[in-house]
Amino acid sequence: MKRVVVTGMGMVTPLGCGVAINWQRLISNMSGISAISHFDVSDLPSQIAGIVPRGHGDGVFDPDEFVPPREQRRMDDFLLYALAATTEAVEDSGWKPKGEEDRARTGVIIGSGIGGLPGIAATAVTLERSGPRRVSPFFIPAALINLAAGHVSIKYGFTGPNHATVTACASGAHAIGDASRLIMFGDADVMIAGGTEAAVCRLGLAGFSAARALSTGFNDRPQAASRPWDRKRDGFVMSEGAAMLVLEDLEHARRRDARIYAEILGYGLSGDAHHITAPSENGHGAYRAMANALRNARIEPTAIDYINAHGTSTPLGDEIELSAVKRLFGKHAYKMCISSTKSAVGHLLGAAGATEAIYTILAMRDGIVPPTLNLENPAEGCDVDLVPCTAKARTILTALSNSFGFGGTNASLVFSARP
Amino acid sequence: MSDSIAERVRRIIVEHLGVEEFKVTENASFIDDLGADSLDTVELVMAFEEEFGCEIPDDAAEKILTVKDATAFIKANVKQ
Repeated sequence: MKRVVVTGMGMVTPLGCGVAINWQRLISNMSGISAISHFDVSDLPSQIAGIVPRGHGDGVFDPDEFVPPREQRRMDDFLLYALAATTEAVEDSGWKPKGEEDRARTGVIIGSGIGGLPGIAATAVTLERSGPRRVSPFFIPAALINLAAGHVSIKYGFTGPNHATVTACASGAHAIGDASRLIMFGDADVMIAGGTEAAVCRLGLAGFSAARALSTGFNDRPQAASRPWDRKRDGFVMSEGAAMLVLEDLEHARRRDARIYAEILGYGLSGDAHHITAPSENGHGAYRAMANALRNARIEPTAIDYINAHGTSTPLGDEIELSAVKRLFGKHAYKMCISSTKSAVGHLLGAAGATEAIYTILAMRDGIVPPTLNLENPAEGCDVDLVPCTAKARTILTALSNSFGFGGTNASLVFSARP
Repeated sequence: MSDSIAERVRRIIVEHLGVEEFKVTENASFIDDLGADSLDTVELVMAFEEEFGCEIPDDAAEKILTVKDATAFIKANVKQ
């Protein structure tokens, strides 16, 4: 079986457009959460979100840089974010297919939890108010989740496997894991893999609010709202953005002398078979996803130095995940660092797993653990090193990243610093 | 007339297809000359309907292939 490494990374998040600025802000303990001002939230219980900063200049997202204005009409924001993150990742990797064969050996898997929800919401209104003749021919292709992978393949001419994962908040992690398997099995030499999401709109907020999933007690202090494991946490903060990795067969990467960030060492999946939104109380799904990833990586639990937790800041989920970590890792749970970068960027849903994969890889590269912001008073039993409030230095050779989604779907990825 | 039907048609085409104005000649074909695809042409017809407050039935829309076709249809079917 081939070994798979990461050779390129790109991202757009509430902390900014670009990997470098994201990382610099993340380890400076900054938050990307703010009050929503671009649409009416006065009647919504949760009025805050992680919004991608737009405009011109360094670190802000300018769609014109990535997609011609005329083409933008064909795309909901989740597609624009996907193209922006992919552009950075592909450039970063230096991968330039030389001909048809190279392009056929390059594929794309991009996940998203919900796809073009703002467009769906707006078009439903158009349909009711003005009738079917006013529905845009671009409505469906602008909303379909697999169009992210479609647009990337069209832009670059990548004619290898073209796929999409739709596993709610685990979509990004599943995309990376599944893409690595395609390379391992020889279906492709290079895969663009990641997640994208742009569902911060009235319908998205209303829906997650109705499911009682969102933070509602910090509308006046948005940056304090995402506080995994803290006693005052009251739900997650919706967020948007995209993150893409360029995955590559190790030998292929070595032949072209590519810079290698990390190796995908293990991938584990599981299902809760329990409830549509709530995690199983015993955390068995999370436990088995992590255990499967370690087994697949052929390492002992003690090899893990850092866990980038799913840690969404919901009352139920955070402690269940931690209990699963403690059961699996035993005493070693007290020796490693565990943090949730959702405390800084909020919950990017289908893009979360890919965003966190990049943060995890950068943590290994620089020996810096990103913090769990707002963790002022850990809940009972949250007595391990959760890296509260401030980033810290630590050598990390091997790290694990968790992503869990509605429906009881779980994915864990293990990365190692050096192949 | 400063805002003739022909000028309004041209403006819509420029906006929707993102093409330069000088390319939107009378005989220009949306697909062959102005880079439109089949979805663009559907959207163009919708934009004409909106601008001129008319309904363009599908069988008529299928015959609107050039700038001239659009202008002619609207002149013939829209009361000024």
